[in-house]
Amino acid sequence: MLPKFDLLIPQTLPEALKLLAEGAPDILPLAGGTNLIVDMRGGHRRPRALIDLARLEELRGIRIDDGHVVVGGGTTIAELMTDPLIADHGRPLREAAARLGNPLIRNRATVAGNLVDASPAADTAPPLLVLNAELELASQAGTRRLPLEGFIVGPNVTLLRPDELLVTVRWPIPPPRSAATFYKIGLRKAGACSVVTTAVLVARDESGSCQEVRIALGAIAPQPIRPRAAEDVLSSQSLTDTAISEAARLSAQATNPIDDVRASAAYRRRATEVLVRRLLTEMAIT
Amino acid sequence: MKPKAVTLNINGRTHHVALAPNVTLLHALRDLGYTDVKSGCEKGDCGACAVLMNDNAVNSCLVLAWQAEGVEILTNSGLGTMENPHPLQEAFADAGAAQCGYCTPGMIISAKALLDRNPHPTEAEIREAISGNLCRCTGYGQIIEAIQMAAQRMEEV
Repeated sequence: MLPKFDLLIPQTLPEALKLLAEGAPDILPLAGGTNLIVDMRGGHRRPRALIDLARLEELRGIRIDDGHVVVGGGTTIAELMTDPLIADHGRPLREAAARLGNPLIRNRATVAGNLVDASPAADTAPPLLVLNAELELASQAGTRRLPLEGFIVGPNVTLLRPDELLVTVRWPIPPPRSAATFYKIGLRKAGACSVVTTAVLVARDESGSCQEVRIALGAIAPQPIRPRAAEDVLSSQSLTDTAISEAARLSAQATNPIDDVRASAAYRRRATEVLVRRLLTEMAIT
Repeated sequence: MKPKAVTLNINGRTHHVALAPNVTLLHALRDLGYTDVKSGCEKGDCGACAVLMNDNAVNSCLVLAWQAEGVEILTNSGLGTMENPHPLQEAFADAGAAQCGYCTPGMIISAKALLDRNPHPTEAEIREAISGNLCRCTGYGQIIEAIQMAAQRMEEV
């Protein structure tokens, strides 16, 4: 049995934000419920009330706006897998979506839910970090934008205020001649909480030399990270094996993993180095 | 925590029922007599409770019944009957894909969702489609054969 709570079902975003403002912090937004309902059943969360976000059109849809891909926070992980704009301009996110949970979970879980739940292993975070994603947070007081980098501050802790909703996630359309990808190591092919995740984006200039490299690492620290020292080693460099190996080494060094039931910290460090080297090599020849 | 009268559209039938907000769709369905929807882990890990909501396969243990108003819900018993089984149901029987049978309703729901979108799935696509449904008995072999068999039979119709 789930604990007792009230369930509010607003029809519009302003209505939802008003309910949230009045009820925070004892009131929680409910999207797909794939984390929240499980947490409530396990006794880890006991909100007085839930706000069902399903009817809010403002949280749906994927579009291009001013050179940016804009994804509604209520977009399901399944929708990310099939949307043509994500296929064209968000490849690492599409690849991550295909590995998140399982097909039943993906039909309910949402992008905003994955980010706000902020597991250190959140699968949408590394792809969105290499895409330089920005979040739009709305409350009754107004709207603010924050970069995703720095939004997740620790395990299940973000900068989201109790009266705020994550309305959209947006990123600039990646430059032409750029390629990006994602890889997940889990103990199973499906239904696996990530052991190590890695995303990279490589952007080249007209002559084909490497202009910018972005790397994001997940499940290897209290929050997903961009290892800047590793990226700096590669900026405006040729992607030689030596340079890539150095970036991989620095990426592993930037991790701060733990030993847990799924893997050891040593494994996570080593696997990070391997994945960064492998993915950069793959993108270098793309 | 007051119960509310909700209208649920299940297998083409309309039900009006008073439910508390904390009742999951899984339990609302079972209490209405749709015991073909099984309770397994109630955490979204096993898929025994899978149903179709507007043609999407979901874990009904993670949906609150109030959230299912205005949605078309399809359970295994809505796909076919003993007298008139759905090809998937027939194929599961013919392929010996049910041992204890507990995972079967959820498997069929996931298979239906797959075949609706992809009438000619590869084995890899079938495996991926049922990756949210756990079976402790069969080792999945006959389940995959059953879905291939059903796909072929449905194509022949």
